[in-house]
Amino acid sequence: MLNTNLKHIEDVVEYNKVLKENENVMLVCGRMGPMCIPVYGIAEELENDYKNVKFCDFEFDTQEADVIRKLPEVRGFMGIPFTIYYKNGKVVKATSSIQTKEQVKTILDKEFGVK
Amino acid sequence: MSTDNHYDSIIIGAGPAGLTAGIYLARARVKTLIINEGIVGGQIILTHEIANYPGVENISGYQLAMIMKKQAENFGCTIINGKSVKSLELENEVKNVTLSDGSIFTTNSIILSPGGRSRTLGISGEDIFKGKGVSYCATCDGDFFTDKEIVVVGGGNSALEEAVSLTKYAKKVTIVHQLDHFQASQYAIEEAKKNSKVNFIMKSSLSSFKGNESIESVDIKNLETNEITNFKTDGVFVFIGYSPNTEFLKDKVELNRRGEIVVKEDMSTNIEGVYAAGDSITKLYRQITTTVADGTISALSVSNYLEKSRINKN
Repeated sequence: MLNTNLKHIEDVVEYNKVLKENENVMLVCGRMGPMCIPVYGIAEELENDYKNVKFCDFEFDTQEADVIRKLPEVRGFMGIPFTIYYKNGKVVKATSSIQTKEQVKTILDKEFGVK
Repeated sequence: MSTDNHYDSIIIGAGPAGLTAGIYLARARVKTLIINEGIVGGQIILTHEIANYPGVENISGYQLAMIMKKQAENFGCTIINGKSVKSLELENEVKNVTLSDGSIFTTNSIILSPGGRSRTLGISGEDIFKGKGVSYCATCDGDFFTDKEIVVVGGGNSALEEAVSLTKYAKKVTIVHQLDHFQASQYAIEEAKKNSKVNFIMKSSLSSFKGNESIESVDIKNLETNEITNFKTDGVFVFIGYSPNTEFLKDKVELNRRGEIVVKEDMSTNIEGVYAAGDSITKLYRQITTTVADGTISALSVSNYLEKSRINKN
């Protein structure tokens, strides 16, 4: 399990449940490594500002994370974390590798609108 | 002035320098606030494994940073995270710090430790292909390049050591460096040169990234002839050093031409009551150990400065 304060998704059942129960979801799929930790930190910081978004993480090196690794939207990705944004269960945006807080906020504002 | 928002000392930046200064000051019963914009720990959280920090055999940068943070907080240091500095007034005896959320703090002394960030190449396609072939972390992304051909850019210790480590995955690693020699240690150079998977293109630099869904090639410019050659590759790892995070200090304290804060032996700057420490100051070697030393010296200097100010007032 990842050492973050985010909601942890550990299997496909939980993944589907989170997507079904939340209109807007930001999911960070990574490891406890240098490029991923800053993105978890950004998600934790933004959790209070974006009450309309469910922030969660998923451990990259698990069989269950195949559900993320096999998404068509991550084809060509060669840098962790894979960060996926969902609206009503559909992927609306996906990014690869480390992102800045401003980059994440821009996506959240564009895809999920008013906080 | 509100006593709630007034501190004896404010530290800007929570990397190893800022956290060390926080530990020393809080332990000396100096009311101390650390303001941090990014992730607590600064650049060290980007280090997967630290094996040369004395007294600790092996630890991740993240773990070491969390221990330092806990120590600072346990001694009474307050840490505000996720807020940037909007403006600074440093000239007067009581200094003002305004944050991005509009909150204002006053203080008798400041330690500037904003740290640095990885330099990027700043060339066409770099941002588009970040995570799609362009990487800044071998331990994070190396396994995506198993049996592929990659380029490593840089000529320091990080570039050569990471190039060798990437040969665990890649079938061919080509180091591109702008000089005719490497700035790395002799050991790192020898390790790279004796590895049959590592090749070298010297006196050259990358001029653009090309591809569709991910990188397919790069343009490499020969810096002697200016000739540009297209080079097929599956990925590029960039290790070309760091830039100081001192843009917000321009015209506030003395900076050198590289944007580093100019300090004296006691870590004081050209402004009375303002000190600096860590990777953002003028210095030769940037290691966790040296930045921790900077933080210690700055904290002891601030303690001394505050004590002298108190005596002078009495």
